[in-house]
Amino acid sequence: MEIGAQNTADISHLVTQYRAVPGGLLPLLHAIQAELGYVPDATVPAIATGLNLSRAEVHGVISFYHDFKTHPVGQHTVQICRAEACQSMGSRQLEAHAKALLGVDYHETTEDGAITLEPVYCLGNCACSPSVRINNDIYARVDAERFDDLMADISAPAGEPK
Amino acid sequence: MSIYIPQDTTALALGADAVARALQAAGVEPVRNGSRGMFWLEPLLEVDTEDGRIGFGPVTNKDIPGILDALETDVSSHHLYLGQVESIDYLSSQQRLTYARAGLGDPVCLYNYQALNGFVGLSNALQMDGQQIVDQVKDSGLRGRGGAAFPAGIKWQTVLDCASEQKYIVCNADEGDSGTFADRLVMEADPYQLIEGMCIAGLAVGATQGYIYLRSEYPVAHRLLNIAIERAVAANFLGDNIQGSGKSFHLEVRLGAGAYICGEETSLLESLEGKRGMVRAKPPLPAIEGLFGKPTVVNNVLTLAAISTILEQGAEAYQNFGMGRSRGTLAIQLAGNIKRGGLIELAFGVTLREVVEDYGQGTHSGRPIRAIQVGGPLGAFLPESQWDTPMDYEAFAAIKAMIGHGGIVVFDDSADMAAQARFAMEFCVVESCGKCTPCRIGSVRGVEVIDRIVANENRDDNLILLHELCDTMELGSLCAMGGMTPFPVRSALTHFQEDFFAQDAAGASPGGK
Repeated sequence: MEIGAQNTADISHLVTQYRAVPGGLLPLLHAIQAELGYVPDATVPAIATGLNLSRAEVHGVISFYHDFKTHPVGQHTVQICRAEACQSMGSRQLEAHAKALLGVDYHETTEDGAITLEPVYCLGNCACSPSVRINNDIYARVDAERFDDLMADISAPAGEPK
Repeated sequence: MSIYIPQDTTALALGADAVARALQAAGVEPVRNGSRGMFWLEPLLEVDTEDGRIGFGPVTNKDIPGILDALETDVSSHHLYLGQVESIDYLSSQQRLTYARAGLGDPVCLYNYQALNGFVGLSNALQMDGQQIVDQVKDSGLRGRGGAAFPAGIKWQTVLDCASEQKYIVCNADEGDSGTFADRLVMEADPYQLIEGMCIAGLAVGATQGYIYLRSEYPVAHRLLNIAIERAVAANFLGDNIQGSGKSFHLEVRLGAGAYICGEETSLLESLEGKRGMVRAKPPLPAIEGLFGKPTVVNNVLTLAAISTILEQGAEAYQNFGMGRSRGTLAIQLAGNIKRGGLIELAFGVTLREVVEDYGQGTHSGRPIRAIQVGGPLGAFLPESQWDTPMDYEAFAAIKAMIGHGGIVVFDDSADMAAQARFAMEFCVVESCGKCTPCRIGSVRGVEVIDRIVANENRDDNLILLHELCDTMELGSLCAMGGMTPFPVRSALTHFQEDFFAQDAAGASPGGK
């Protein structure tokens, strides 16, 4: 596919940057994902060649870590904390509410491509649970109503941040 | 008159940026400090006044005009006025060593750090040889704060004694346990302390390169650490020829990628090497063959941060805190369903009940406390009969529980402990590295068996099976993931067995009370 070919070409500068870094595969994958939004399968051969690894090794690392995505994700990633502290404050109800509101399950993207819903196991904000992360921002004490507000905010065209 | 509003994750998550913007709109440029760790008061706005540093909290942007008015007239008239921050009982009763600086000022301001005794420990260490530094750490009685509580000095001695051209200092900042945020608070409120501790560790064992392995779930800590490292390099507290001593230490932050298992030290090393985070068999110990096969000190954030205090104030001063073999202070993190959650630094020995009742003042929901999980997702659920256990590594081990990284998660009486036991197994399914069969497959079977027990399918046989499965996981797993997942499961079964049978009553929903 053309997009794949394009992406292979696109990452050569990143491969060059991390080629000589000790243990550079994770930083490289993070950099690719930061630039492309995910790590396309088509980039695997270039990563493998660049870092002198087998394609199987690269694939093995990508598939091991929850963070690395091999398919395009939504414009925004919404993570709901499923860990114990958040559960003690009602995150089970929150996740059910979020799935119903967005019409997706975990690891899925809304039909309009706006939001990918992901579980996360602890955001370190456990004294003010339940916690939600939207892209790089973390929100505390998120109940169903606050979740609705947050979702309305990110789907609003160019609103005031937060 | 300085006004402070924190920039740590919790304060930001509760709207601290909006408060800062409201202050700016009113013509006041706030200092963005770290948090004091009194999270139920965040965002906590502080003001330097003639009467000391006073606080208001929790504040929202809408409170700003009223607070600024009150500052002009009568501060105590404001409904969010808290008085002097350091006189708040929650804070004044703590024994703060690691968190002594937390919240006082801008965490990445180097001058601020130095003005508060920062880099005194490093400058002392620069006068010593490696063995002298290691002896200080040994004498302090410091044990690893990550969870395993291994004596830090012994680990350092092993690395010091290894002849190698290249050695490493690795900071485990993959704080994945639910209910823990002590590492995050150090990195966000006082990052130079960690940098200093790692640099001292490098001097002690002869390592010139350090890595902080930070979980990707901590974007704020990532940003602040990178700023702090950049400034420490510019001021020559890191890099080559530190402060003209001829000694070098380089430091870099590496980001994890959402794998809980990478908090296990050998898995973390694999991940740092750019591989799947698969647990290694020990021996060889990482101290002998660690990162890239070289001798490596792997310590938790709090352990390395404590090094700065020990080298600043001396081993004996540190040793004087604590009880038995648990010396120094413990960073207790009070979380979950709790009214006053936050960071509580105390000498070892305080009881769980004192923490939860005196500091926490009960649940956030106002309902009775039912269970307390200490030590993260691999820690046991403790019923009320065990809340008088003092927080000390040995006392907790004696009741088959663990202090771990010091996280306390409180559940009220609406909690379904069968569901929590099931979650413990489910979490292990998601996060097992897959190396050991009892962990990889046992956890999957564990979820199924718990479901059958709850559904009353061959219950008696399945209860026996679950205990046998737990035995297999405990005995047949290389690391704590498989080896300790049975702790929460068994404790739920022992102390809250009625929850497993709650569906028996016709029409009852799981755990519904």
